[in-house]
Amino acid sequence: MDENSLEPSRNGARSMCTDEVMAASEVEDWFVRKVLPLEPLLMHFLRHNWRDQSDIEDLRQEVYVRVCEAAQRKAVESPKAFVLATARNLIVDRVRKGNVVPIDAVSDLEVLDVAIDAPGPDQSVMARQELERLQAALDQLPARAKQVVVLRRIGDCSGREIAARMGISEATVWEYLADGIRALANALYSEDAPKRGGRP
Amino acid sequence: MNFETNSSAKTESAREIEQKAALWLTVHERGALSQSQLQEFDAWMASSLANRVAYWRLKAAWSRSERLVALRPVKPASSSTTGKQFWSRAKAPMSVAFVLAACLAGGATYMVRDSGPRTFATGFGERKVLKLADGSTIELNTDTSVRISVTQNSRRVWLDRGEAYFKVKHDAEHAFTVTMGDRSVTDLGTQFSIRREPESLTVSVIQGRVLFDTVNRSKTPNLLTAGDTAVVAGDAFFVRKEGAHKLVEKAAWRHGMLVFDQVSLADAAAEFNRYNDTKIVVQDRKAARRTIGATFPIHNVAEFVDVAQDVLKLHVDKREHEIVISE
Repeated sequence: MDENSLEPSRNGARSMCTDEVMAASEVEDWFVRKVLPLEPLLMHFLRHNWRDQSDIEDLRQEVYVRVCEAAQRKAVESPKAFVLATARNLIVDRVRKGNVVPIDAVSDLEVLDVAIDAPGPDQSVMARQELERLQAALDQLPARAKQVVVLRRIGDCSGREIAARMGISEATVWEYLADGIRALANALYSEDAPKRGGRP
Repeated sequence: MNFETNSSAKTESAREIEQKAALWLTVHERGALSQSQLQEFDAWMASSLANRVAYWRLKAAWSRSERLVALRPVKPASSSTTGKQFWSRAKAPMSVAFVLAACLAGGATYMVRDSGPRTFATGFGERKVLKLADGSTIELNTDTSVRISVTQNSRRVWLDRGEAYFKVKHDAEHAFTVTMGDRSVTDLGTQFSIRREPESLTVSVIQGRVLFDTVNRSKTPNLLTAGDTAVVAGDAFFVRKEGAHKLVEKAAWRHGMLVFDQVSLADAAAEFNRYNDTKIVVQDRKAARRTIGATFPIHNVAEFVDVAQDVLKLHVDKREHEIVISE
């Protein structure tokens, strides 16, 4: 595979109009359906190839930005190969710029080639599995955030009702919910799928 | 104008962006946003792709958690779990009814359950997203009114005024029909947008196909496919092949943006005036005929006026409730 052809330009400035293959408004749909499910794979790759784990979230974000920019410009045939190639290029870039500690060995990046052919996340998760997944994710949330999410999603409670029930202010309810949503996203996307019946 | 700079991505960490994205999500979760909140949100989303990506990611996770509703205790009364899941759910008591759906970009989100016709409307400058129990969405643009009736057998919408964007979960057994006066559109698996004005009706198909028909079946129905725009004005009827891409741009209001691709200044001004209290008046014909190609946040009149002044070199007169542009 010609690696240059996969390199998304980092010229970020771009208008919504003109000739992109995918309209800006379609990018969200594409991102959620095709790219987000690859997050466990991407995180695995980044964690494996980058020493400073506190950079991982920034790297992930940068990969997503580059991938979405590119998708607006040209058709992306294999999201998986493209996401991983983008991650790889990003790491190579950072190392080249020399403003970071290089990774242990560039040969580590070879994991990439294996990963592309490795089975990806199951595209057609059955409803029951999805529910198990969500329950497992829910179990990983901090207690208060979990309580708010449960009351909101399962109890269908309003912010005021949750506040009254938990004896906290309504503003605090929304803060917990914000924490809960972030933790949920990490549990759902960033971590490898939990094994049946329990956490990994 | 181009708002997609990545400057904020350089200075703000992914974590900080994610925190803001989560806060915005909870603002939507709370209910209807005020116009100023909506403006602030649109501006935040427009300011960087990193912001949008972070928001989309959290929104997707929060949407997925909707399935947790299945854990809700079911009361003995609701034994009917046969048939298609969402239709049977729609019949079930409130305890198993769907909870408030995920927040789509911009505007508040409302949940529509099985019911007789219900009216949903937006005020001037407002936007709303309606989510049907089957997963279809209807996005209402400014100054729009629809009535929705979801029954076991059909999904019917009347667009009484304004403009709406439909994303329909196609289901051959439960037709999705939108009626506008004496015309109707029946979904054949698709996304489409309809704008109803006093003198004209415009149906644009972004994806899939629709059947465009007269309510009394007095004329042969027209099959419209992706990229088509059908216009009815008085007795005139014609179909324009605009291309789906172009139509997506025209529906950028869904994301709080206006996209002008070589649009006359007069048309661009009229488009802004649909959303904002401060009216733009293009005074002379020469100025009106100038064209503009740019993308703006829907409420950012000032930006538009700046372009007229600085780029098109037109004269701008800012008055109390209007801005007059002339050659």
